[in-house]
Amino acid sequence: MIELDGVSHWYGQRQVLADLTLSLGERRVGVVGSNGSGKSTFARLLNGLLVPGEGQVRVDGLDTRKQGKAVRRKVGFVFQDPDVQIVMPTVGEDLAFGLKHRGQDKAEIARRVDAALAQYGLAELREHPAHLLSGGQKQLLAIAAVLITEPTHVIFDEPTTLLDLGNRRRIARLIRDMDQQVVVVSHDLDLLADFDRVLVFDRGRVVADGKPDGCIATYQAMHPPL
Amino acid sequence: MLSLHHEARTPVHAVPAGLKLLVLFVVGTGSFFVRSIPVLGGALVAVAGCYALARIPWRMAVRQWLVVLPFVAVIFVVQGLLVDWGSAVLVAERIVVLVALAALVTLTTRTAAMVAAVERLLGPLRRLGVRPERVGLVVAMTIRFVPVLKEQADQVRAAQRARGVEYSARFLTPLLVKTLRLADGLGEALEARGVDEDDSRL
Repeated sequence: MIELDGVSHWYGQRQVLADLTLSLGERRVGVVGSNGSGKSTFARLLNGLLVPGEGQVRVDGLDTRKQGKAVRRKVGFVFQDPDVQIVMPTVGEDLAFGLKHRGQDKAEIARRVDAALAQYGLAELREHPAHLLSGGQKQLLAIAAVLITEPTHVIFDEPTTLLDLGNRRRIARLIRDMDQQVVVVSHDLDLLADFDRVLVFDRGRVVADGKPDGCIATYQAMHPPL
Repeated sequence: MLSLHHEARTPVHAVPAGLKLLVLFVVGTGSFFVRSIPVLGGALVAVAGCYALARIPWRMAVRQWLVVLPFVAVIFVVQGLLVDWGSAVLVAERIVVLVALAALVTLTTRTAAMVAAVERLLGPLRRLGVRPERVGLVVAMTIRFVPVLKEQADQVRAAQRARGVEYSARFLTPLLVKTLRLADGLGEALEARGVDEDDSRL
């Protein structure tokens, strides 16, 4: 369960989120909104990458301000651009990175890396340089590198924005099949169509909150075709 | 393209990463005390022999050297005009030997082995406050991000060409902005992946 209590946030003098109070218990939550509406800031608050200027964010009872490190162990984060997220030179090394960092022993790291390579269809690419992967493969690696650490919640910040149709569908399937609670910020309305709940952001506030059909219709009505 | 590991089973690949780094360090330092063109020329031939022994495809080898060729050419000319042409040859030889040897180490060593070797070599400095794991992470991330930076530089150049500017030093400003953004995002990503400032392992 992710809870926000009276959350506001500012960048300098500019307020980007205004007095949000929400409980997110659904397995798949989508977030839509225009550029600059506060979605990405909202996403970063959920795993403690940002702490709110005012108010409190709790994940399974853990306060992101006081227990940020513990929160980040529970909450994985997938960025829009996998080139930023992949920090090691090869596929296998990047998968091992998070586990090594969590103090797992070598045998366990090897076992989990092997399993992840097989599960995500990356087995042939173990020694492949990360910078030579295709966009879809990079995003797949970025997601696999988060999931290998077994988080209980995963936040996605526009995970399909840079992908072609085939890879968008592949990532959508992967998200659909995940057991964890996922919060997905996206402009890809198809991706969110069968989610349990969708939030619509506008100028730092949630202006619609509910089932995808109604919320997506509200969002589309905010931006009528020319 | 920056060199990365080239898989093969050869005597050069089999040399432990720590020993390769040590040789690189010794040759790197030693080359500054050598003032003989034939000796440095011999070192160059020896390094080329190691490439053959490591069965590095010649195209891949040439690609490593081509990257530094413009820099070597500029340094050679400047040194030749300002000092003398003998010194210019010495400096050019020294740079080529070092770059070729460093590229050979990268091509024949897995990053994980290199990082482990760096961490091991720096282990004794832990008492002085050095954190070898952090240095190892920096080494790995350098190898990872040099190609990314090159891609960004190519993008900026392509954008300038598309607007009719062939060569302009002004390409450095957008590149710097992009690099700083990348660094910002990277810091955030490391934090998201559990690397905290106060982490005792780093």
